[in-house]
Amino acid sequence: MEKFVKLTGVAAPMPLVNIDTDMIIPKQFLKTIKRSGLGANLFDEMRYDDDGNEIPDFVLNQPAYREAKILVAGDNFGCGSSREHAPWALLDFGIRCVISTSFADIFYNNCFKNGILPIALPQEKVDELMDDAERGANAVLTVDLENQEITGPDGGTIGFDVDPWRKHCLLNGLDDIGLTMEKAASIDAFEAKAATERPWV
Amino acid sequence: MSPKTLYDKIWDAHLAHEAEDGTCLLYIDRHLVHEVTSPQAFEGLRMANRKVRAPDKTIAVPDHNVPTTEGRENPDAMPEDSRTQVAALDKNAKDFGIHYYPVSDVRQGIVHIVGPEQGWTLPGMTVVCGDSHTATHGAFGALAHGIGTSEVEHVLATQTLIQTKSKNMKVEITGKLRPGVTAKDITLSVIGRTGTAGGTGYVIEYCGEAIRDLSMEGRMTVCNMAIEGGARAGLIAPDEKTFAYIKGRPHAPKGAQWEAAMDWWKTLYSDDDAHWDKVITIKGEDIAPVVTWGTSPEDVLPIDGEVPAPESFTGGKTEAAKRALEYMGLKPGQKLKDIEIDTVFIGSCTNGRIEDLRAAAEILKGKKIKVKRAMVVPGSGLVRAQAEEEGLAEIFTEAGFEWRLAGCSMCLAMNPDQLQPGERCAATSNRNFEGRQGRGGRTHLMSPAMAAAAAVTGKLTDIREIM
Ligand code: SF4
Repeated sequence: MEKFVKLTGVAAPMPLVNIDTDMIIPKQFLKTIKRSGLGANLFDEMRYDDDGNEIPDFVLNQPAYREAKILVAGDNFGCGSSREHAPWALLDFGIRCVISTSFADIFYNNCFKNGILPIALPQEKVDELMDDAERGANAVLTVDLENQEITGPDGGTIGFDVDPWRKHCLLNGLDDIGLTMEKAASIDAFEAKAATERPWV
Repeated sequence: MSPKTLYDKIWDAHLAHEAEDGTCLLYIDRHLVHEVTSPQAFEGLRMANRKVRAPDKTIAVPDHNVPTTEGRENPDAMPEDSRTQVAALDKNAKDFGIHYYPVSDVRQGIVHIVGPEQGWTLPGMTVVCGDSHTATHGAFGALAHGIGTSEVEHVLATQTLIQTKSKNMKVEITGKLRPGVTAKDITLSVIGRTGTAGGTGYVIEYCGEAIRDLSMEGRMTVCNMAIEGGARAGLIAPDEKTFAYIKGRPHAPKGAQWEAAMDWWKTLYSDDDAHWDKVITIKGEDIAPVVTWGTSPEDVLPIDGEVPAPESFTGGKTEAAKRALEYMGLKPGQKLKDIEIDTVFIGSCTNGRIEDLRAAAEILKGKKIKVKRAMVVPGSGLVRAQAEEEGLAEIFTEAGFEWRLAGCSMCLAMNPDQLQPGERCAATSNRNFEGRQGRGGRTHLMSPAMAAAAAVTGKLTDIREIM
């Protein structure tokens, strides 16, 4: 997993609430057996018309936001299915950070496993950043994970919370599985105990 | 000992490791795997030269992307992308030595229907699957939730999941339900009340007389949609109905093991004075047969209601409702009962079990459909076989329904079972998102009986008027 330390980039505004994983990556793109290549179809049904042409109004099709690295979104971002194709598609497009008031649980977890930082902030802070994001090519934010701070285009800063363990993994690009395997002795011990207590499992 | 909720008890029994910073490793008793969210996980194992730690606790079945038409055992009959995913699962199941039900097996079906049917799902277990509707298994008092593909790989390699504990929410449905009101109406009504983010950060335990009165099938329908309310999982404490359902299933414990299991299972309930972070109480008699009008499962109203005005909502929801009405082609003030539909889909892990098919067939008996297209997709090959034996299949086909093979089908429309733009569907599945059942397709969620009623009238229909 790629490390996440500090990110500077254009933030795109998506004020819609309840942006679900079917919107982020529609199911016809889940037929792949790979993780890469999904960026072209990120937000497919909002981004292209029936003939596959770009819909000019859609935010990521506007010249200023084509290279966006950050999304500022409405409440409850990422609700719906467990598909990890949603963060894969965001990542493949180049989005490394999503800011909203709230996230759906599975999507939130999936982000951290892929080097994407989801940031939950109170409504008024999201509103502020949404205003910043409306400024087109000037909508540049800097997200500093080490110091847990977002710097806006005018130099103002907003702090954010993040679970210390997840922060540690993101900063160092650590693979969960390897870390868990270091605890194999505890898992072995648990299994042995469970085998006597609940042998039917 | 301090009083505990059911969730606390299952959590404590599965805690394999707790780090100083509070990060927990939860041991996983059952890992269910399907063809769409697993290929990248197995690929990851291969690349890192890792094995499946507990192949005996890992069960795979293709369901999401399989055709539901006859002759599908022949790989040439599948579209290429389905074939690739199914072939990958065939190979992964074999290479890693996990339990497997291929499409040619009568026991194949939707993963959340197969698990309970085969006795893999038992009370007090931890169950995960790379699919958000894993919450279904909570009906047995198992802590069950959906995970992403990286977590699938994590569980395959370590049989554990890194977790932080959720909060406890109690949803109590008191008293009796009125005639025509089903488990689906309960679960949709709860989401209508709490919103799709209302359960975020919680594990819900459903309780109360109306929940106790439900069959195991109905309880699965209720827990299935816990995720639609944002909760990590839904739970119902096991009771005699649960034990009776499990007894004798192929992978259920037998003999002395059964007795030992029962001793533990009987302790799986929330203690009287356990702490709840949130409590919601709904009177059973206040729940009406409901349908969804918009593009979020929280857009729920009683069938005798009207399409709401976007201005009646606050915050970002006004904009979302405007967008939803435009997408759904509906106007504020329109009576829900006047909405004409052209397609009916009965199936999915929410409502694809035998009882659901019985409820629909009851309405369809001796009638003909008035819609362009109607299909029934049984949740498993065994449900299908039983429905044929009971004569239900005949009722469906005589009414004009297509009688399909088991799979997810038009619930997520990855296979060719899709709506065309503008088509309007009465569906027993669980999601009405934009494009969920096909680009531009319009979905109204409801119970199986209501979907059957809509099929015969061609409109959204109040089941109470034709019962
Ligand atoms: S039936 Fe629908 S909700 Fe259930 S597992 Fe299949 S796709 Fe998911």
